[in-house]
Amino acid sequence: MNEHLKPSVLDRPNSYVGKTVPRPNARRLVQGCGTYVDDICLPRMVHLAFHRSAFAHAKVVSIDTDEARAVPGVVGVFTMNDIRDVITPWTGVLDHLKGIKSAEQWPLANGKVFWQGEPVAAVAAVSRAVAEDAAEQIFVEYEELTPVTDMETALAPDTPVIHPELGDNLCFHRVIDSGDVDAAFADAAAVVEDTFHFNRHTGVPMEPRSIICDYSRAEGELTLYMSVQCPHMSKNLFAKHLGLDENKVRVICRDVGGSFGIKIHTYSDEMAAGAIAVILGRPVKFIADRLESFVTDVHARDHVVKARAAFNSGGELLAIDMDDVTGIGPYSVYPRTSGIELNQVVNLTGGPYKHASYRADGKVVFQNKNVMCQYRGVGHPIAVAVGEHLMDLGARKLGLDPVDVRHNSFIPDDAYPYTSPSGAIYERQSHRQCLDKLVGIMDYAGLRDAQAQMRDRNIYRGIGFASLIEVTNPSPAFYGVGGARIASQDGCTIRLDPTGGITATTGVTEQGQGTETIIAQIAATAVGVPLDQVRVLTGDTEIVPYGGGTWASRGAGIGGEAALQAGKALKENIIALAAAILQAKPDRLDVRDGSIVDIATGQERMPLSELGGIAYFRGDTLPKDVQPELVATRHYTQRQFPFVFTNAAHACHVEVDVETGIVNLLNYWVVEDCGRVINPKLVAEQTRGGVVQGLGPALYEECLYSSEGQLLNGSLADYLVPMAAEMPDIVVDHIETPTGTSELGAKGVGEAGTAGAPAAVMNAINDALDPFGVTLTHMPFTPDKILKGLGRA
Amino acid sequence: MTGPLAITITINGEPATRAVEPRLSLADFLRAEGFTGTHVGCEHGVCGACTIRVDGRTARGCLTLAVQCDGLEVETIEGATGNGCVADLQDAFIENNALQCGFCTPGMLLTADELLQENVSPTRTEIREHLSGNYCRCTGYQAIVDAVEQVARQRAERT
Repeated sequence: MNEHLKPSVLDRPNSYVGKTVPRPNARRLVQGCGTYVDDICLPRMVHLAFHRSAFAHAKVVSIDTDEARAVPGVVGVFTMNDIRDVITPWTGVLDHLKGIKSAEQWPLANGKVFWQGEPVAAVAAVSRAVAEDAAEQIFVEYEELTPVTDMETALAPDTPVIHPELGDNLCFHRVIDSGDVDAAFADAAAVVEDTFHFNRHTGVPMEPRSIICDYSRAEGELTLYMSVQCPHMSKNLFAKHLGLDENKVRVICRDVGGSFGIKIHTYSDEMAAGAIAVILGRPVKFIADRLESFVTDVHARDHVVKARAAFNSGGELLAIDMDDVTGIGPYSVYPRTSGIELNQVVNLTGGPYKHASYRADGKVVFQNKNVMCQYRGVGHPIAVAVGEHLMDLGARKLGLDPVDVRHNSFIPDDAYPYTSPSGAIYERQSHRQCLDKLVGIMDYAGLRDAQAQMRDRNIYRGIGFASLIEVTNPSPAFYGVGGARIASQDGCTIRLDPTGGITATTGVTEQGQGTETIIAQIAATAVGVPLDQVRVLTGDTEIVPYGGGTWASRGAGIGGEAALQAGKALKENIIALAAAILQAKPDRLDVRDGSIVDIATGQERMPLSELGGIAYFRGDTLPKDVQPELVATRHYTQRQFPFVFTNAAHACHVEVDVETGIVNLLNYWVVEDCGRVINPKLVAEQTRGGVVQGLGPALYEECLYSSEGQLLNGSLADYLVPMAAEMPDIVVDHIETPTGTSELGAKGVGEAGTAGAPAAVMNAINDALDPFGVTLTHMPFTPDKILKGLGRA
Repeated sequence: MTGPLAITITINGEPATRAVEPRLSLADFLRAEGFTGTHVGCEHGVCGACTIRVDGRTARGCLTLAVQCDGLEVETIEGATGNGCVADLQDAFIENNALQCGFCTPGMLLTADELLQENVSPTRTEIREHLSGNYCRCTGYQAIVDAVEQVARQRAERT
């Protein structure tokens, strides 16, 4: 592994890469001086509220808006017929997901409603309160249709077809059959199997979805103030569906109050806001309230998986065979589709292991519930939980330690680059090193001893492991090849200012994870300036280079590499100019800590502020053939592999109270490998936050639906998210295996915590309950389910 | 619906006399006055993002009506920043990266400050308990607990 840690451009005297530095943008946020969309108030702005469907599936017979229009302060009331001339529908399919289909989706109900909460009509008024008053005066006559809610019967012949034009309720079907699965199971020393239920849950960013659409009739320009992860994608989609010149659509994204994948999708109410802004010619604000968020923010997961695994007597995994069905609501979400989650599940299950035989059959089905789409971890939590639970079952059946079964089954270190039976290509993983380090820092042997002693006192503690892989740094293979205008490349422009400081603009975006900080660290290092002399700008499509934004854990790996290359190019330009001014050879000069220095002695030759002053204001003093070029732009696309995989090992330690069914989280450990670590603190905090977002849905979070398709717990009082008191301290340690795909060597880290935590806590609970012969695989593991499993409820 | 009522609320030390609808929440009132550091996360009193101080005690801005605060003193994060009473917590939050998106942070800071006024040396468990009415979706809470614990130590050393 060490050969990959060769000296790089980053090993410089003033390198900030690998150091914990505080986030420069944190100061305004702790003072409450951030600018979230709802903090912006524009002249003549109106506020939107929606009448939303009360039914999961119904025909819209009539809409009476007369009384709503009469409410004082109402500027307009809009049904689909009122906006049809200015907006086109969309369909969430991608060419490379073979056979995926979905129906045309409209911003407002177009004759039918397909889920409870679907927007039917919109009111624009002088305040949100007035708009809500008027929305209550919209009277819609519905003719109820049979809702399709159970995904396991969605494809049954007697189940109504939600979109008759599609022929059935199947959105996407994917089959993998690799190696010889039947033979592997026939020859196995141990075969284990289980059925898993992965609950529907949602992201709950603290700042709800928010948008202001400001349309200028005079200029034909639309300015969108959005809380979003991918400004350029939004620019393209609003232009495309509102029939506007894409060059005249600008997306401004200032502070984003959490996102986690929720704010990368096309939402009906936001598109309707765009259409209404075009019609009214004045700014339109829509801020989802929490209740609206629960019925319209994309939901996540909702899978039933049946899986089995074959092992030889030495505890080596031979084969996995699984079926997955996942319910995605009535539409595949545009433009990323709701097929990607299943694709990830079947691509990644058993990812750390060397088994040669693998079969997976995955079906994505429509239902009359809110839509399901990509949320932090995308498929990984399911893949990891299924695979890691099978590993534990195998260990138990063979009488082996779960750590040993993993070690025996890992892809050998000398086998990389390795192609998995699902076709995923791993450049290099450090599963063995991560697990060894994990076992060390958690004192595994000591915990096992304590566990045995406590069982004698009727205290039931459990230890659960999860080894995982995570998709990061995606190539165009993720979306671009499928026809979506979602950039996999990203760019960075860095300018030397006359003061000697630098300004960097980047296409990757900030939602609190620290993007601006790590871009600043990389740019400062590459150019050679003090960190406090770096300003980073993100989130404005008229300022930053065209790029994909932040998703699939690509900010550091893709945006960071672009920043490194831009910084190097700028430094070259600076040195060329300095050489001309100082009449020195360029290879004798370096830039360090804001000064041109002699490369050998480090002695200052000229501060950058002086160089900037000459370049910008005293060009008359320069030789005639010298034209200073103190700005550089570089872009980066990772195209060596479809994805660059990271890996990690998690362990969770719980105590299950068998009288109350309550799971007490005692400890949690992670050893992760995201390649080159740019800021250890930020990596650790991404990991901790990610783990907690994985623990939440494993223990508490669930969108509960009635059989009629009614969401039963659409408030924060009823939908439980992790609170401070329930969460453990989380120990995070690192292994660094930089990727060779870039000079920076960084992989992503944003989702690995969420990917591993459900598996680790599930395995820990089952380990705790082992004396009772109970195995639980139906998330979330609520006290009720645990007591039922124990036969005590 | 009752018409607007005239009220006077002292916001961060400056009195404001306004005619407000009785149904207007204190959080919406403060935001309309420009104090946008008070964030609205759930509007049903659970998430704590709208936490402010009313006559020195923390309260939920979304569950309090503006008219209830007629004649009272309200302090927002802007006021607490201005008078420096949470400066040490703000520094510690930055140092520990106890915030990511920052949406919960103003409420979290005022809640943490209240705890430290009541309990000068809280345990980590007590800190976690006290902060459990303030949701954070980004950090997983540990860094916040670290920051509050650090400030408790610092304040104890100063006194």
